[in-house]
Amino acid sequence: MPVNFFPAEFDVVRNTDKCIKCRACERQCSNEVHFYDADFDKMLTRDAQCVDCQRCVCICPTGALKIVPNPNDFRKSPNYTHQLMIENYRQAGTGAVLLSSMGTPKEYPIYWDKILINASQVTNPSIDPLREPMETKVFLGKKPAGIRKNPDGSVCTKIDPYLELSTPIMFSAMSYGSISKNAHESLARAAEELGIYYNTGEGGLHRDFYRYGANTIVQVASGRFGVFKDYLDTGAAIEIKMGQGAKPGIGGHLPGQKIGEDVSRTRMIPMGTDAISPAPHHDIYSIEDLRQLIFSLKEATEYTKPVIVKIAAVHNVAAIASGIARSGADIIAIDGFRGGTGAAPTRIRDNVGIPIELALAAVDQRLRDEGIRNEVSIVAAGSVRCSSDVVKAIALGADAVYIATPALLALGCHLCRTCHSGKCNWGIATQRPDLVKRLNPEVGYKRLVNLVHAWDHEIKEIMGGMGINSVEALRGNRLMLRGIGLTQKELDILGIRHAGE
Amino acid sequence: MLLKEGDIRIPAGCAISGFISRDGNRLCGGDIVKSISYMHDRSNGLGGGFAGYGIYPEYKDYYAFHVFYNSNDAREKTERFLDRHFDVINLSRIPTKKIPAITNEPLIWRYFVNPLPTKIASSQLDEKEFVVKCVIRINNDIDGAYVFSSGKNMGVFKAVGFPEDVGEFYRLDEYEGYAWTAHGRYPTNTPGWWGGAHPFALLDYTIVHNGEISSYDANRRFIEMFGYKCTLLTDTEVITYIFDWLHRKQGLSLEDISSVIAAPFWSEIEAMEKTDPERAAKLKYFRNALSSLLITGPFSIILGYTGGIMALNDRLKLRSMVVAEKGDMVYISSEECAIRAICPDAENVRSPKGGEPVIAELNEEGKRKCL
Amino acid sequence: MKRVYVNEDWCLGCHLCEFYCAFANSGETDMSKAFKLGRNAAPRIRIEEGDGINFAVSCRHCQDPACVKGCIAGALSINNGVIEINKDKCVGCYTCVLSCPYGCIVIDPQNDGMTVTKCELCTRNNAGEPACAANCPNRAIVYEERGEA
Repeated sequence: MPVNFFPAEFDVVRNTDKCIKCRACERQCSNEVHFYDADFDKMLTRDAQCVDCQRCVCICPTGALKIVPNPNDFRKSPNYTHQLMIENYRQAGTGAVLLSSMGTPKEYPIYWDKILINASQVTNPSIDPLREPMETKVFLGKKPAGIRKNPDGSVCTKIDPYLELSTPIMFSAMSYGSISKNAHESLARAAEELGIYYNTGEGGLHRDFYRYGANTIVQVASGRFGVFKDYLDTGAAIEIKMGQGAKPGIGGHLPGQKIGEDVSRTRMIPMGTDAISPAPHHDIYSIEDLRQLIFSLKEATEYTKPVIVKIAAVHNVAAIASGIARSGADIIAIDGFRGGTGAAPTRIRDNVGIPIELALAAVDQRLRDEGIRNEVSIVAAGSVRCSSDVVKAIALGADAVYIATPALLALGCHLCRTCHSGKCNWGIATQRPDLVKRLNPEVGYKRLVNLVHAWDHEIKEIMGGMGINSVEALRGNRLMLRGIGLTQKELDILGIRHAGE
Repeated sequence: MLLKEGDIRIPAGCAISGFISRDGNRLCGGDIVKSISYMHDRSNGLGGGFAGYGIYPEYKDYYAFHVFYNSNDAREKTERFLDRHFDVINLSRIPTKKIPAITNEPLIWRYFVNPLPTKIASSQLDEKEFVVKCVIRINNDIDGAYVFSSGKNMGVFKAVGFPEDVGEFYRLDEYEGYAWTAHGRYPTNTPGWWGGAHPFALLDYTIVHNGEISSYDANRRFIEMFGYKCTLLTDTEVITYIFDWLHRKQGLSLEDISSVIAAPFWSEIEAMEKTDPERAAKLKYFRNALSSLLITGPFSIILGYTGGIMALNDRLKLRSMVVAEKGDMVYISSEECAIRAICPDAENVRSPKGGEPVIAELNEEGKRKCL
Repeated sequence: MKRVYVNEDWCLGCHLCEFYCAFANSGETDMSKAFKLGRNAAPRIRIEEGDGINFAVSCRHCQDPACVKGCIAGALSINNGVIEINKDKCVGCYTCVLSCPYGCIVIDPQNDGMTVTKCELCTRNNAGEPACAANCPNRAIVYEERGEA
């Protein structure tokens, strides 16, 4: 056996005083970490296979398990970190591109955590959402440039197609294939109950979920998987995916082993083949081509649905967004580089793109400077982690946010970041039937509903504290934000003042 | 060092008062001074001001510019600018009375002007827009000059001080108008800049406002897309611009504007979908298309304009405001005492609901007399 | 009457219901203790495992139960719809074991097989509600009112 260059990442620690050898851990671990040894009459572990998904820890009836980082460490260097060394060993062994999942774990600045929110004191009253109306309904879509009048002088109330959200939160694109059918069903049912929208991602829409069409955003990505007339007609809006925050510049990649019969039918590709989306849309090499696709989709759906263009936050995002706003798109979704993914090349995920906070602030300001902010709604995505992030995003200028990782957390995800293995023990990022069934949508959708309700309550509390009783008065209201520990340059880009100013 | 208004946003509480003679009778400015003086404790001496309508009948076809100057240099620059763009019919210092309560006054001048038709033509703007642009030019570009009133047959008078002292300083009892509004300011922090006092005016629109709106920056950043520049960072300024845009430029009625800035709650709109679907559709449209102009947080405002005044409260009615009538007179005030002070037997005293506009305009006779 | 129902779509075959059942009926307050002191804690629910299909089986609390009819000692009785076992009366003849069409009567290891035991919907222990349903990680086992068949 060749020398193993790096030890197991995790230690599976079992308290044998507590362990009752029920073997639930063994049955529930798709990585086959746990096993029962009859000779010892003990549960043993294969630590090297553990991905720290915490499934065993969570179901162990006696709380006998802990997964801890393996304290064994290489000689410390801040330059060549433990992680970098392992990655190089791994590549030397395989010769392959490193793959990762979910958002980058690298320590980049998280601007949400360096922004503080205002509250009313004395000169205006805070509002108690339990006693006064507090509104979070938002509309996404193109707004008229001014008031138009009917021939009789009355106000013309015709308006471009729009999405109506009960609260400014939507479930971000996660394709069927990258996540399981039960995960999709949970998202769809939750979106319907909440009066919001979920997004199919680029993998088409399973036949069983056409009934949730009124709460579905159907995505058209460079692979065009599962795109046909019925699909476009079913969605409440169509999203053109130009890029994804976690992997700007490249397309999605769903490994063949995740393409079973159902996924194959939904994506309209043969079973077992890798579903590789091209890096660009090969019919969009420039902005004028994007305009053509937008209007092709609008033609195909008879101008009844708003079209969203989703882009990754990259360096010149403001200029790109300005171009999109002038291209007939109704909504721009901007995806920051800390956003999640089901699989991305590690180096790209960890090094390409910019944070959503800066991108959002830059785009909103740019569109206002050009007087075209009304032409589009802005949806911020890519690591919106909690309700206060939502409030900050809206105050920076977003109309609404997309969340994905928090939705997955609601479904059980523990961010082990190995979605690309296809062996998700929580039944989310897998197509293995025995694992998929671990996510009961009846449970899942209720947890999603709870999560968004809880966030909505918190948003209302925070708004009430600021003396704001409707979310539109928060949108772009940057005076409600202050930076903490930021440079003047960062404050300038965010368009906010420092705390104390 | 304290920052000047415009460099910093200063919250303020306030008193407002106003009245109109619908028959167009000309009422002495002393009345409005008396009215606002009864709410002395709602101000703290850091700002007071008035707007009078119908006060310049002899110059009613000319824009009346009231200007503060910090120096004669600023005045000369401004006058050169005015000469280039306007036909200046009359210019003079605004008569004032030295009183101990009002100090540090700037130079205060008044000009009656008409824009030069050639300049309007070359600007490709309509006349009013041309005047607005010129006012903004002066205020932004000429250091030490500030046009604080620019409408026809109306004028704003404001200063740092208690409103009753400001009224005495400007000798308001020597003016007569069919409508007056007044403001007493209670800022929490001020450098005491005269331009920062209220009313805020643009053309003939004036706003006096009591409150502190929580939607300020959302409103500001939206309205600035349409060529406005909020330089004072005050609520009053942004509210005035919103009215100017929606009323003058978009042609929305004052009632509709009220439904935009103090929109009914969704619960009310949904209830209306059964009883009055057309109105519900319009309200929903406003809350969709013009959502960034919703004003939240406490406000009570009196909008003055040629031929009328309008009172409006925020939709939760977080600020006091009462209206009353007597004959052809309509009174609006933060407190009833300010109405009783000048009309002890006022009738129909009531407190309008949040978001319910109260509009009082000249009747036919009034229009004949005053417009 | 509220009953325990199982949906095989969601049963993962983790067997946790068995352990929670045994614990609930062990009289112990700590699960480790219940299984480590050698008191033969035994479940009254059993997972039937098949090819990709798993199913938890426990007493159906039939309205016309063969076990009660067949009991020679009067140890089995119906109390508010719940079929209960009186172990003081049980003589260990296993007639009920033979007659139960679901195989839900369990020979009680705690009494060295001298009596039987069975699911009593956790009405006679401290669990409060059926422990199998309360602790099922995927809501495959539910305890709910669905009306009588």
